[in-house]
Amino acid sequence: MMKENIIEAGMNTDISLQLQQRVQQAYEDKVALQIIGGNSKAFYGYAIQAETLSLAEHRGVLSYEPTELVITVRSGTTLKEIEALLDQHGQMLPFEPAAFNEAATIGGTIACNLSGPRRAYAGAARDYLLGCKIINGKGEILTFGGEVMKNVAGYDVSRLMAGAMGTLGVLLEVSLKVLPKAEAEMTRLLSCSVNEAIEKMHAWSQTPLPISATSFHDSVLSVRLSGATKAVNAAVNHVGGDAMENAEKYWFDVKEQRLDFFNSEKPLWRLSLASDIESLSLEEKADDTFYEWGGALRWLKSELPAETIQARLDELDGHASLFRDAEKLNVFQPLTPALMRIHKNLKNAFDPHNILNPGKLYPEL
Amino acid sequence: MTDNQTQADSKTHPGNKVSLLKDLLKLLPKDAVLHEEEDLHPYECDGLSAYRHLPMIVVLPDTVDQVQAVLRLCYESEVPVVARGAGTGLSGGALPLDNGVLLSLAKFKDILHIDPKRRIARVQPGVRNLAISQAVDQYGLYYAPDPSSQIACTIGGNVAENSGGVHCLKYGLTVHNIQQLKILTIEGELLTIGGSGLDSAGYDLLALMTGSEGMLGVIVEVTVKLLPKPERAQVILAAFDNVVKAGEAVGNIIAAGIIPAGLEMMDKLAISAAEDFVHAGYPLDAEAILLCELDGTNEEVSEHVARVREVLQQSGATEVRTAKDEAERQTFWKGRKAAFPAVGRLAPDYYCMDGTIPRKQLPRVLEAMAELSKEYNLPVANVFHAGDGNLHPLILYDANIPGELERTEEFGGKILEFCVEVGGTITGEHGVGIEKINQMCVQFNPLELTQFHAVKAAFDAENLLNPGKAVPTLHRCAEFGAMHVHKGKLPFPELERF
Repeated sequence: MMKENIIEAGMNTDISLQLQQRVQQAYEDKVALQIIGGNSKAFYGYAIQAETLSLAEHRGVLSYEPTELVITVRSGTTLKEIEALLDQHGQMLPFEPAAFNEAATIGGTIACNLSGPRRAYAGAARDYLLGCKIINGKGEILTFGGEVMKNVAGYDVSRLMAGAMGTLGVLLEVSLKVLPKAEAEMTRLLSCSVNEAIEKMHAWSQTPLPISATSFHDSVLSVRLSGATKAVNAAVNHVGGDAMENAEKYWFDVKEQRLDFFNSEKPLWRLSLASDIESLSLEEKADDTFYEWGGALRWLKSELPAETIQARLDELDGHASLFRDAEKLNVFQPLTPALMRIHKNLKNAFDPHNILNPGKLYPEL
Repeated sequence: MTDNQTQADSKTHPGNKVSLLKDLLKLLPKDAVLHEEEDLHPYECDGLSAYRHLPMIVVLPDTVDQVQAVLRLCYESEVPVVARGAGTGLSGGALPLDNGVLLSLAKFKDILHIDPKRRIARVQPGVRNLAISQAVDQYGLYYAPDPSSQIACTIGGNVAENSGGVHCLKYGLTVHNIQQLKILTIEGELLTIGGSGLDSAGYDLLALMTGSEGMLGVIVEVTVKLLPKPERAQVILAAFDNVVKAGEAVGNIIAAGIIPAGLEMMDKLAISAAEDFVHAGYPLDAEAILLCELDGTNEEVSEHVARVREVLQQSGATEVRTAKDEAERQTFWKGRKAAFPAVGRLAPDYYCMDGTIPRKQLPRVLEAMAELSKEYNLPVANVFHAGDGNLHPLILYDANIPGELERTEEFGGKILEFCVEVGGTITGEHGVGIEKINQMCVQFNPLELTQFHAVKAAFDAENLLNPGKAVPTLHRCAEFGAMHVHKGKLPFPELERF
């Protein structure tokens, strides 16, 4: 049997008790804290003013067992370090998270629940989160979930942390399910209209083709196939099109938003909606939309008022987030009053003095 | 009677039944309100039949408006409500309260909409798990989570328990396979959680609701995600002369970069019981067998079958068989799927446990179980979702022998506590319900339990939805801890314990 024991990370420091003391003090003094890992996603969410609580020094891989498909890390560990370690064992974080810069940490990644091109085919960051250790707003260190694939003891507080933007707890440690990397990978390019692209992506997704990413922009549909060599070869024949050169770099640039498309002064919107919607009816120009996730994720460059965009997405039963913009107003889709009430109750349940990233996700939280 | 029950009791005064019944009959047709003792009996337990309790009243609404009206009435009258689907749960999650209303969602059986293009189906909570896959089969799609009760269990119950099945390692649990929920709060407010996209704004309430065991809201609609049916599925049966080797073989398959669709292990007692029952052709001299199912495109399956066979042989399998056709594949699975009833034939009763462990701990856990089995003089058969570490030890006992059920429960509790000790959990897919509530005190500390109670209060401040289940009070844990000190010998063993 292959034995892969606990791997000691190069940089390995546990500052959980100092962090806990800081939060306890802030709780007593009712002083707001701004939780920061690598500060790689400072552009995301509302801008807030608060004392910094830095997690960057709280780092290290606590356990990694390739044959168990589980890694447990301190939240300040960088994505770069984690991905390099997994790579040595032919494994990966299946949700393909963006880093945006080299300092990006796993804590920030989970707090934002941002997932990359593979998301539509493999699942989101939250889907791979098995457990976490947190400090709640009272300064209590709590552990939820665990290091096993199936665990239904207690409410799923771990997944609740994913995407909560640090408003419910300071992430100290996370356990994630990892997966083997595909043996083979190929990307095909097809020239087509947006309607044809949507048709094709849906037709493929109804068959068991080993698709791991899709994108559409500028009349080019790109589709990545990942899996067993024979399966990928067979899928290439089915999908057609031409081979993409430097495909690895292309998908890296999609994930990290380094394509020319993302280099713009206009506000960048992230739209999550039903994959088969053809037109947003937001006066959008073809050039201003970039499609991912089989059509379920769209990046839109638009100067329309937030209210207009969010009202339209509400009609479409989706949601719009202002991903990058200097103004940072109305960042996330408004919640219904009933849902906001539950959100406020939950915030109060974890952070009664409202000291953890207050206002980062919604001004009310 | 414990604090949880007492807490629930304090909400209802004697004599309330009459006035509540009168009010309910204003909201529902006469035949949708059951209150005579003989009509209540079918609802006295769920799949964990060792625990029984008659509800005060059963209601069987058939519209969301009716459910809403019932909840509002119960909220105003401070009457606890226990929601129930098909009642196949194995942890007593739907065990009624004698001062509460049992809310059956059995009449919500409609598949509301199937969208093959978006690969989703919008269904009512009382739709059976398997009925969804059957309804979407015509589009080449299916719903992946497949708990063994899938013929009978409902999707609403699946969401409430975050049900799994044999294909979880590759396809995930219920939480990975749903997109939207409509729930009613105890106040009767309708919330839509999730949307048409792959994620939604705000907190991940979809995850929080999934597996919340009816404690946070009543599920009235579920939108499930569907997957394309694999082009081909193939199963390999491997025999081993010891269980440790079989466990290592599982790790080796995964180390080879392959994620099987299903990876199941059975031990000697389970093998012989299954073989006697359904004649699946299992090798009776084996100490353990593995069933490894590979699915995907035709090419992928061919490639993986060859590699897995090689890995199994290198891992010391005494025999490796690939099902030669679909009929043989079904036969191989038949033994595994019939394992529970098969083991059930060996003794008058069996008690099914549900711990999950890191897979490398399997030898230690099996050894501990064998020791306990001797100590309690109760045989255990093991059926194991080996891919994801989920154990189902089946303890054989006879409920007619005085004290044997209590010893069985104590034995089961110790197995679960050992699962926690080796880094696992007390429940992988069956839920805590009433059954494992004491073991929650072992898995979580008082601060964590307090946090759970705060989460509940965020949805149900009056503690009216399924009170007393899933999360123990600190008082109860203190009592359980004190009981533990006395070498597991519970004081007053004749008393019911909830």
